[in-house]
Amino acid sequence: MYNFEFERPSTVEDAVRALAGDEAQALGGGQTLIPTLKQRLAMPSKLVSLTGIDSIRGVCVADDGAVCVGGATTHATVAREAAAAYPALAALAGQIGDPAVRNRGTIGGSLANNDPSACYPAAALGSGATIVTNAREIAADDYFQGMFETALEEGEIITEVRFPVPQAASYQKFDQPASRFALVGVFVARFAEGVRVAVTGASAEGVFRWHEAEAALAKNFAADALKGLSLSADGMIGDMHGTPEYRAHLAGVLAARAVAAA
Amino acid sequence: MPKDGGIGASTKRREDIRFLTGTGNYTDDINIRGQAYVHFLRSDVAHGRIKGIDTAEAEKMPGVVRIFTGADFEGVGGIPCGWQVTDRHGAPMQEPAHPVLAQGKVRHVGDPIAAVVAESREQARDAAEAIEVDIEDLPAVIDMKAALEDDAPKVHDDLSSNLCFDWGFVEENREAVDKAIKEAHHVTTLELINQRMVANPMEPRVVVGDYKRANDESTLYTTSQNPHVIRLLMGAFVLGIPEHKLRVVAPDVGGGFGSKIFHYAEEAFCTFAARKLARPVKWTCTRSEAFMTDAHGRDHVTKIELALDKDGKFLAIRTDTHANMGAYLSTFAPSVPTWLHGTLMAGNYTTPLIYVNVKAVFTNTVPVDAYRGAGRPEATFQLERVIDKAAREMEIDPVELRRKNFVREFPYATPVAVEYDTGDYDATLDRLLEMIDRDGFAARRAEAAKRGKLRGLGINCYIEACGIAPSNLVGQLGARAGLYESATVRVNATGSISVFTGSHSHGQGHETSFAQVMSEMIGIPAEQIDIVHGDTANSPMGMGTYGSRSIAVGGSAMVRATEKIIGKARKIAAHLMEAAEGDIEFKDGQFTVAGTDKAVAWGDVCLAAYVPHNYPLEELEPGLEETAFYDPANFTYPAGAYAAEVEVDPETGKVTVCGFAAADDFGNVINPMIVEGQVHGGLAQGIGQALLEGCVYDESGQLISGSYMDYAMPRADDFPAFRVDHSCATPCTHNPLGVKGCGEAGAIGSPPAIVNAVVDALQGGGIDVTHIDMPLSPGRVWQAIQGAN
Ligand SMILES: Cc1cc2nc3c(=O)[nH]c(=O)nc-3n(C[C@H](O)[C@H](O)[C@H](O)COP(=O)(O)OP(=O)(O)OC[C@H]3O[C@@H](n4cnc5c(N)ncnc54)[C@H](O)[C@@H]3O)c2cc1C
Repeated sequence: MYNFEFERPSTVEDAVRALAGDEAQALGGGQTLIPTLKQRLAMPSKLVSLTGIDSIRGVCVADDGAVCVGGATTHATVAREAAAAYPALAALAGQIGDPAVRNRGTIGGSLANNDPSACYPAAALGSGATIVTNAREIAADDYFQGMFETALEEGEIITEVRFPVPQAASYQKFDQPASRFALVGVFVARFAEGVRVAVTGASAEGVFRWHEAEAALAKNFAADALKGLSLSADGMIGDMHGTPEYRAHLAGVLAARAVAAA
Repeated sequence: MPKDGGIGASTKRREDIRFLTGTGNYTDDINIRGQAYVHFLRSDVAHGRIKGIDTAEAEKMPGVVRIFTGADFEGVGGIPCGWQVTDRHGAPMQEPAHPVLAQGKVRHVGDPIAAVVAESREQARDAAEAIEVDIEDLPAVIDMKAALEDDAPKVHDDLSSNLCFDWGFVEENREAVDKAIKEAHHVTTLELINQRMVANPMEPRVVVGDYKRANDESTLYTTSQNPHVIRLLMGAFVLGIPEHKLRVVAPDVGGGFGSKIFHYAEEAFCTFAARKLARPVKWTCTRSEAFMTDAHGRDHVTKIELALDKDGKFLAIRTDTHANMGAYLSTFAPSVPTWLHGTLMAGNYTTPLIYVNVKAVFTNTVPVDAYRGAGRPEATFQLERVIDKAAREMEIDPVELRRKNFVREFPYATPVAVEYDTGDYDATLDRLLEMIDRDGFAARRAEAAKRGKLRGLGINCYIEACGIAPSNLVGQLGARAGLYESATVRVNATGSISVFTGSHSHGQGHETSFAQVMSEMIGIPAEQIDIVHGDTANSPMGMGTYGSRSIAVGGSAMVRATEKIIGKARKIAAHLMEAAEGDIEFKDGQFTVAGTDKAVAWGDVCLAAYVPHNYPLEELEPGLEETAFYDPANFTYPAGAYAAEVEVDPETGKVTVCGFAAADDFGNVINPMIVEGQVHGGLAQGIGQALLEGCVYDESGQLISGSYMDYAMPRADDFPAFRVDHSCATPCTHNPLGVKGCGEAGAIGSPPAIVNAVVDALQGGGIDVTHIDMPLSPGRVWQAIQGAN
């Protein structure tokens, strides 16, 4: 690690101010950022911890029924507190990493990082969530912009993520054997107005919606409806854990399993 | 009735109290006043010529004490290799120089180029980043077969090629084997890879070098499985420090699995730098660094042929193996694919003709050396896989095919130079079959099929040679050391005992099980006995812990020393009771005179030895301390039968281990609980190899499995509850405890069981797959299924 300044403000306004400085960076649970710093792959001059801001922590249900998760809420808290209102989301959070990771890692950190193998992006895109920041509201469809790329501006803080609650949903994660991130993960959500299918882990572009599957499932929400559909291996990730073809194939298998489990 | 102490009792491990309460003393816990820290600048290319190293800017950075490069080690010895193999044509292996810091060239990612010693770890690292290294990239050789091509780049310019040796064993059998295979009724051929492994002990390596100018003494604290061996290798071959001026301490060590046997450059560096700077120098390896500097394991590419007659009798075995040595020869590297591998190719079977050919190859990768089982897992894997394939080809039940060929008469001289002293392979196989309900398998398979899963059962046997090893024999085979063990038993004046053993314990539980043996022999509570290890200043000599040798060799040395103690104590007791020595009996800590009620307690005899007022001083020295060196007469041969039951998800390729059973013959067992623990750990590593682990380089020599993000370590939830049994014991015939050793069995016997089971599952589902290379990751299994369809 290189040396850096450290601040732990208690309001979003103070955090935004602290982040305005050159080379300042937000720190959520540190589960991604701290290992990066330890490897000296990043050199922020200042870390601004968001863990002291009570207003962006916790889970609540809005008047319209949406589940609202504060940007600095840990995975463990979501697993516990969203279980009644949005079981598929809670189950997803409960499968991230191990207890230590879940007790520190936050939804804001995960979505800001947008790792192509992360789980939360599938939930956000699959649910059609709204990412709320200190400055604006961003629809999930506009938010994810490729591997480790998002719509966030420099210094912008995710303060809340608003999840519309579907009639039925399920996240099926197939573990990468070493990291146990998603080798492929598929989030399926059925709403009155349609079905959303989000695939993570598979594409080099990060999380994406499988529109063909959505259309088929909108007509018939059954695993059988996906028979004959397949994703192209083009643009899929290929590495020591699986070929692009394998990932494309897994997405189909997991989508069917998610529909069956939803 | 289970015993509550002594031999055969499942005594709880005394060392666990300190480990579980955080009061262990590991090398990283050792901090010496005035200590400086070293950071190694390591090569990030696999092969390159060093054109220049500019340390000028770095020298000026805060906290820098001194920067060392290869030039500082001109005239200093290199890291030695402890075993010389002679090739098929009678020539010695090619043995390259291995400098402490790179000289001229870097040969693998992680090769140290420079070492920065600074006041703090971070300052050392900062300065290392400021060093400018000019490296001319050279093409790297990673693939072994490519490395042997005529125009391949050479890892070592001064060697004639990348071939370290071409070993034939038994060379005289070569033609007879060829002929037998040519003429056989059936020959089964299998090509397979035993993949490269990273040992990954929980504690990464740590080194502290210290130097006392006052008496010119160096002390090295290091994470080692064998401090005496390090003292010998480093003192004699690298730094030229005589033993009496060099102390090596390996305190609590958090696992080794082979990777901490070897003498590493960082040990020599810290000892050297401490002398140069006259201050302690410490290095703590990071996990990322461990991946590219700890010696790796396995990495064999093999073709095996098994010739059978029409009844399934094994007639001959021929193997052709390429074994990766990596960029340099690690301490015992040449012995692993040769003597620890070729000598086990007979397995549990009576195959009369065997020929093993091994080509050891240099590549631009981390050196490869012994890893739990070392050579024996490689032998077992290929043999037990090819037998399974043969059974399928010849439509013979795989269990029956093995039984047809079992060795049943002991001692049995194999055609590969070793003599099994004892064993009963039917007994362990029978026991295994009782444990796994083979008859019920068909129903379990049918039930799994209803859930869309393919269920498979894999069974195999294994044998290993442990209790390493008779010194005169290994000397003939190229070892540059003896493989005896020593122990000093120091009885204190009040009867308590300190045993100083050369067998280091780093997870094996010696402090408990060795004390149980002592308690049994002397008849005093184990609490009065301490087992001390890990310091060359204490134990007379030690060849260390590997090859499941501790209880068989180190324990035997302790028994021999204790026999001397009891012999002397008997004389003292005879004097105290005014009886003839021949009439003295010793039981449960009491000396008695046969046929009388005269008795004297152990403690009184000990006191008399140290307060010799009433003592036969003319005949006997005071004091009660004895040392013994024990050199084993033969290897020991643990053996057994293992079974895995798995389910394959044909949609995803994922393998789930539903059941695993191990029936082992370890001879006599000192502490059944510890033995079970050793087997569980071995199984975790063996099944981990079969399903999860694998070290992968890309073509340019970058290590792409360089962290736990990509190197899949097994976790508890990857396994079912293991069922293990060691009731079928045939005690070793040549050591005093009748023990064989249990440390490696699990890792040796389990990989073929898993792969056999997965192949069985696929075959059972009508998918014609005959082999999949490890690790059987979901992606690979799925790929194999696609290939078959
Ligand atoms: C062992 C391990 C296993 C894991 N397994 C999984 C898994 O299975 N699935 C999975 O999805 N993830 C997994 N993760 C990642 C984990 O979920 C991380 O917690 C998450 O990716 C980052 O969250 P964080 O709060 O720790 O962010 P940090 O590491 O603190 O920050 C990450 C990035 O986000 C920025 N940031 C943080 N908070 C905010 C905010 N509120 N607004 C804007 N920017 C912000 C930071 O500046 C930084 O750039 C794993 C991590 C580990 C260490």
